[in-house]
Amino acid sequence: MARILSILVGLFFTLSLAYTFAVGAYTAATEPEAPTAEHEFHLAPKHVSFASDGPFGKFDRQQLQRGFQVYQQVCSACHSLRHVAFRDLEQLGYNDAEVKAIAAQFTVPKYDTATGEVASNPGMATDYFPPVAYGGQGSPPDLSLIAKARHGGGAYVYSLLTGYQDQPAELLKHFPDSKTPDGLYYNPYFANLNLAMPAPLVDDAVTYSDGTRATLDQEAKDVSAFLIWASEPTMDKRKQTGWPILGFLLFATILGYMSYRNIWANKKH
Amino acid sequence: MSFPWAKVYTPEHPFMKWMDERLPLPRLVYNAVGGGYEVPRNLNYFWNFGFLAGLCLVIQIVTGIVMAMHYAANTGVAFDSIEMTVRDVNWGWLMRYAHANGASAFFVVIYIHIFRGFFYGSYKAPREMVWLLGVVIFLLMMATAFMGYVLPWGQMSFWGAKVITGLFSAIPLVGEPLQQWLLGGFAPDNAALNRFFSLHYLLPFVILGVVILHIWALHIPGSSNPTGVEVKSESDTVPFYPYYVAKDGWAIGVFAILYCAMVFFAPNYLGHPDNYIPANPMSTPAHIVPEWYFWPFYAILRAFTANIFFIPAKLMGVLAMFGAILVWFFLPWLDRSPIRSASYRPVYKWFFVVLCLDMLVLFYCGGAEAKEPYVMISQIAALYYFAHFLIILPIVSAIEKPKPLPFSITESVLGKDEDAVLAPSA
Repeated sequence: MARILSILVGLFFTLSLAYTFAVGAYTAATEPEAPTAEHEFHLAPKHVSFASDGPFGKFDRQQLQRGFQVYQQVCSACHSLRHVAFRDLEQLGYNDAEVKAIAAQFTVPKYDTATGEVASNPGMATDYFPPVAYGGQGSPPDLSLIAKARHGGGAYVYSLLTGYQDQPAELLKHFPDSKTPDGLYYNPYFANLNLAMPAPLVDDAVTYSDGTRATLDQEAKDVSAFLIWASEPTMDKRKQTGWPILGFLLFATILGYMSYRNIWANKKH
Repeated sequence: MSFPWAKVYTPEHPFMKWMDERLPLPRLVYNAVGGGYEVPRNLNYFWNFGFLAGLCLVIQIVTGIVMAMHYAANTGVAFDSIEMTVRDVNWGWLMRYAHANGASAFFVVIYIHIFRGFFYGSYKAPREMVWLLGVVIFLLMMATAFMGYVLPWGQMSFWGAKVITGLFSAIPLVGEPLQQWLLGGFAPDNAALNRFFSLHYLLPFVILGVVILHIWALHIPGSSNPTGVEVKSESDTVPFYPYYVAKDGWAIGVFAILYCAMVFFAPNYLGHPDNYIPANPMSTPAHIVPEWYFWPFYAILRAFTANIFFIPAKLMGVLAMFGAILVWFFLPWLDRSPIRSASYRPVYKWFFVVLCLDMLVLFYCGGAEAKEPYVMISQIAALYYFAHFLIILPIVSAIEKPKPLPFSITESVLGKDEDAVLAPSA
């Protein structure tokens, strides 16, 4: 009885699935999905390597400082960095005085609990990067987690910054409706190919204080490295902690294995 | 219960004697995981995963309690409170990554534990209750993991919550009000986040309680073993301590190495980047996927794309998804074969292999976009899934000719068992 019941229930599910499969297969055969411009022309991030890659990777502080310079002089006009505090910049190799000086260059809104007024004060080391008032088209995302919030991470940021180009003629030929609208810019590394941000970096957009030549490629790489750091300032510590722990565990596991062999030595199993 | 030859707890120190007469807790531990618990000597490494699952539960509770000390269950600050924990709390990053990857580790271990049960017939008499409690634990784990994933209040948290609670709206008549009651609103918001946090803190302790019942029920007949032959004599077993404590001990080492490699060197590998974007009810992610451990069941949910008579496709998907797990409750009665271990079941063994591959296919399809050919593949795979448990298993277990079983565990290990000579020839 139980067996018959189970087979009946089983037949209900399997036949339902066979039916829905048949309907799906018929639809797929008669009305195949039309290809889209996004599907055909979107590109995966370029291969680019950062000093912080891999289990032995460490941040290159010199590069992070250059990247911060790019952020401060270019990106910060539109993009906030709200999870990062100025004091965190000490990890980039700046000393106390330098961090205070950097913080003071930013204006941080302070809410006065006595008067209820919001004053704009120069930033202090303990403040977080302030919100950015942006009035243009689109909504610039906060950048403090951008390297974790996109597939590809830092490579995505780098690809996007260096990926601006004219819309390919091939695309317009096959998808005439997909012409980049006015006010948007074509970039195959962006999910839907057109974004509101114009190419933000050009050669010599900044003058590096360490004398490195500021090519577009260099700037993009540096700011990507900086944003990888901003998304996880504890990354170096994480990897440095990991190795001794793995070493200890390996040692403990070998000891555990030897005691296991010892205890079971006379017991066939 | 224990076998007559099991060692008996005999306290020697006056304090332990005093204690034993008043609260025999040491006796309980001794009989549960000490020298008093006799275990088949032939367990293979698949039997380590029960112990590892218990370890995972402990890791999750410990790291989770620390996370809760810094977390704020309010939609306005939940996301930021997690970031603050990771960036500014001492070792907060370690707690966060250990907890997030601990959930994945728990599911890896538990899937192996469950499929060990499928292969070795661990659900069969007299261990049905162990199995049923195990399925309850699995369901509780899924609920806990789902609600935990909502707490960071990222994009996938919010939209995952929306999709999963939306499943209840498929229930006829009461669906919509039920969904609103569960969420405390029309969409996931502060009320939902608060109750999810409350339940996410509660359920692990419920799981702990059911785990205790699971182990209690296991200790009545004792552990199963790879031959599926019941314990017959003293030479079949070894005491849990020291034998299996040593074996579990070094297995913990291997587990910890793999787990720590993930936590320290690839902590975000199993997560979705979208969950580092704060929840935004106005912007739907390109494709919404749950965490990897739900993918096989998510594929079954999405496999129903056409209405079946009067049953809407969505309701059918929900029924199938829940049915896919609920069917495990009936396993002890669907599989009527008296042989436990698939090693002695020449036909079932191959269907078990197909089921494993089938789960991997469903897993892959569940993580892929809801596009052809993945939907069609998941339909075929889901079809086999239900056919396996509800049609193939009852029929195979009735018609299969099993291979001869060894007389005893001892015989299977040593090649001969002196007791076998004395036994009446079967």
